[in-house]
Amino acid sequence: MAKTPTPAELLPGLSYKPPEKGWMDVKPDFRPGTYCNPASPKWMEWINYPYPAARSIPEDEWALPQDWKEIVLQGMEDRLNRFRSLKLFFDICVRCGACADKCHFFLGTGDPKNMPVLRAELLRSVYRRYFKTIGRALGEIAGARNLTEDVIKEWFFYLYQCTICRRCSLFCPYGIDMAEMTLLGRELLASVGLNIDWAMASVAQCYDKGSHIGAPPQAFKDMIDFLAEENERVTGITTTPSYNRKGAEVLFVMPSGDYFADPGTFTMMGYMLLFEHIGLDYTLSTYAAEGGNFGWFISHEMGKRLNAKIYAEAKRLGVKWILGGECGHMWRVCNQYMSTWWGPVDFLEKPVSPITGTRFENAAVHKMVHISEFTADLIHHGKLNLDPQRNAHIKLTFHDSCNTARGMGILEEPRYIINNVLPEGNFVEMPPNTIREKAFCCGSSSGINANENMELRMQGGFPRANAVRFVHDKYGVNHLGCICALDRATLPTLLEYWVPEVGVTGISELVGNALIFPDEMERTTDLRDRDLVGFGELAEEAGEEEE
Amino acid sequence: MDFFKRHFFVALSAVLGLIIIAYVGARGNLQLVFGVVVPYMAALIFVEGLVYRVIQWARSPVPFRIPTTAAQGRSLPWIKRDLGEKLDNPADTPHLIGRMALEVFAFRSLFRNLRTELVKDPDNPEGARLIHWSYKWLWLGAIAFHYAFLVVILRHLRFFTEPTMGFVLMLDKVDGFFQFFTPAVYLSGVVLVAAVGYLLFRRITNPTVRYISLAADYFPLLLILGIGITGILMRYFFKTDIVAVKELAIGLATLHPKLPANLSSLFYIHLFLVCVLFAYFPFSKLMHAPGVFMSPTRNMVCNNRWVMHVNPWNYPVKFHSYAEYEDKFREPMIEAGIPVEKEQ
Repeated sequence: MAKTPTPAELLPGLSYKPPEKGWMDVKPDFRPGTYCNPASPKWMEWINYPYPAARSIPEDEWALPQDWKEIVLQGMEDRLNRFRSLKLFFDICVRCGACADKCHFFLGTGDPKNMPVLRAELLRSVYRRYFKTIGRALGEIAGARNLTEDVIKEWFFYLYQCTICRRCSLFCPYGIDMAEMTLLGRELLASVGLNIDWAMASVAQCYDKGSHIGAPPQAFKDMIDFLAEENERVTGITTTPSYNRKGAEVLFVMPSGDYFADPGTFTMMGYMLLFEHIGLDYTLSTYAAEGGNFGWFISHEMGKRLNAKIYAEAKRLGVKWILGGECGHMWRVCNQYMSTWWGPVDFLEKPVSPITGTRFENAAVHKMVHISEFTADLIHHGKLNLDPQRNAHIKLTFHDSCNTARGMGILEEPRYIINNVLPEGNFVEMPPNTIREKAFCCGSSSGINANENMELRMQGGFPRANAVRFVHDKYGVNHLGCICALDRATLPTLLEYWVPEVGVTGISELVGNALIFPDEMERTTDLRDRDLVGFGELAEEAGEEEE
Repeated sequence: MDFFKRHFFVALSAVLGLIIIAYVGARGNLQLVFGVVVPYMAALIFVEGLVYRVIQWARSPVPFRIPTTAAQGRSLPWIKRDLGEKLDNPADTPHLIGRMALEVFAFRSLFRNLRTELVKDPDNPEGARLIHWSYKWLWLGAIAFHYAFLVVILRHLRFFTEPTMGFVLMLDKVDGFFQFFTPAVYLSGVVLVAAVGYLLFRRITNPTVRYISLAADYFPLLLILGIGITGILMRYFFKTDIVAVKELAIGLATLHPKLPANLSSLFYIHLFLVCVLFAYFPFSKLMHAPGVFMSPTRNMVCNNRWVMHVNPWNYPVKFHSYAEYEDKFREPMIEAGIPVEKEQ
């Protein structure tokens, strides 16, 4: 694996000045550390994806099918006919450049083809050449170019340097959404066998076993049971979840990141403590064990093939409604695609909180509630017994996940929770142009959180990390909160690189820390076994800085 | 020649070429062609092209409801949203109309524009940091240009009706309020040329914008600049016979075209550039004007979870059913005490 340069090595080379050569003449530089490996044929065979083959980028072995060009052009025509968005976004861009310095990949790499406008031109130029009279007639001077193998390689390089975060679409005067073009462009790549291994492996595992991490049912249960034991060890509270239990009131679906690895696991512990605290009648499913959806990063169809399991399982188990965990792209998919894919969800009931009686009118048809809405409602009705002092060692800032911010609009709920589980003054916002709907992406979403592209990930996450650095230096922030499992998987690496003093936490973990149970044991540590303020080392070192 | 020069000079030559064509035509007794035939053709191409393009877009469905939510969404009743938030994340049709109106009339999204720069910062271990600040110049240039153009077009209606419509006369008065020259100087004309000049200047001098610019970006700017300049020349410096212009315009509008004899070459150049702009419109990026109304990230209500959106081409997909899954994992499931449908 390529050695990732250090922050001090990375930044001096960063410049936003474009090269002398016109962009049509510049080829991508497949430098190790900047791209994802092509998908292994094994995964593609698992899910019947076309043209599985052993591919290697360093060896320039792309194994395109013989008629790749016809397939891609036919695929483009087909998508133009099915997606008004694509046709419109191809036609109406005026290249005003407002999107340019909004993209974290442009800000992190300085590569002009990471300006959303130019990334879109990579596709648009081919559209002009084959679908527009003027492009056919005038070629380059009309911004059109032939579809060649080099163009395909360029697509592969740059469409996997877009994390579908939609920050550009927020600023575009016509709402042109690079995410839409990236998704459809990736579909075109997939149609000739080009996929990335990290995403494809997750998809195949999820399809076959139930979650991206590929845990079979018994392993899934083991992991959750272990976290329940951890809860008991730390708090003295037994939080026994049930699995595939018919007749439960609520099916709880979370991203697999929440039970697979730290720090996500602490969020999972938080969920379970919360449900125990309020006595929620819920079940987990080993079959719909994944809320996240890497399928959607590859194609709309694959997104649907994975997502369908959630409603199917809710129907089979006969639950009343679905509760969803903290995850960004999971919620973009669940919010903007799920019920359209599935159709009427008449087997579930309109979600009503069994604790507060609140009817979630905003989920009336879709029947799935976000954990932050659910928790905020509980707090608002005074149903949670909370001790914010148990989070006194945490000085927090909050990272809005791209998808819940710009694909849903969940901004206040997590902040409301934070303000109730943290002592006053322990929550600080990052600069206003980097949060809420203007939030910067973690830089590793949309299936590119692999290891082989680490340099790129650190570059893409630079704008986010830079804002964290600001609040760390100024206010002593030591934790970055988020409601996204991909964030919890990728931000620790990012912050370790740019701002190593700051850790990452889910919001439900903070809730879990703060919950007071009547029969709990004396709490001296948080869920991560770190001393609470006033206990252990922190008692002795009172007044000194936490290490 | 590099990419930028090629695209810029092709656009510039095209506009100069159009000017020469009109000049030669006007001088060479082709007034009928440039005064009557070309305007009718341009109008026809404009209308038909516009309708055709919009229908072309409309023929493709909107399979998913994908609005960009730009503020807090509708949530629990006690999570209050102010009007701005309701417009940026509209939960119903009236607010959606508000969002679109802001987008169309005030360029809401562009108003949000920021500028981000990397500045040296010795206090940071990595030696630099990003700063973001609100940047309204592009918005200002764009809005000045569009409104000035609108006023100019409306003002020109005075050529098409006799008597001139009341609101056009009003507009004329307001627009010519500052009387520091004779005839009264129209502010709109000055603003139009200044704004186009700024947009062109920005496109050429900003390295990243120049890098992405195509001939199709320079051409309309240069064309409109040409229209503005010829218009200003005719009004203030090389006086044109307004009565003759009005005679021609009314003739065209009433489908009884008459060709007055004493129209200047400058007028024919102006008219021809306008005709080219209209004919070019439907086949160019200028289609952003009707396009913004159809943009799915802007024109959809953010009500995904309480109103079903139907995809007309939705089709069933193969997914790993629970039955298949249980068949595969039944044994370990039973062993782990996970309930199953069939005990073998």
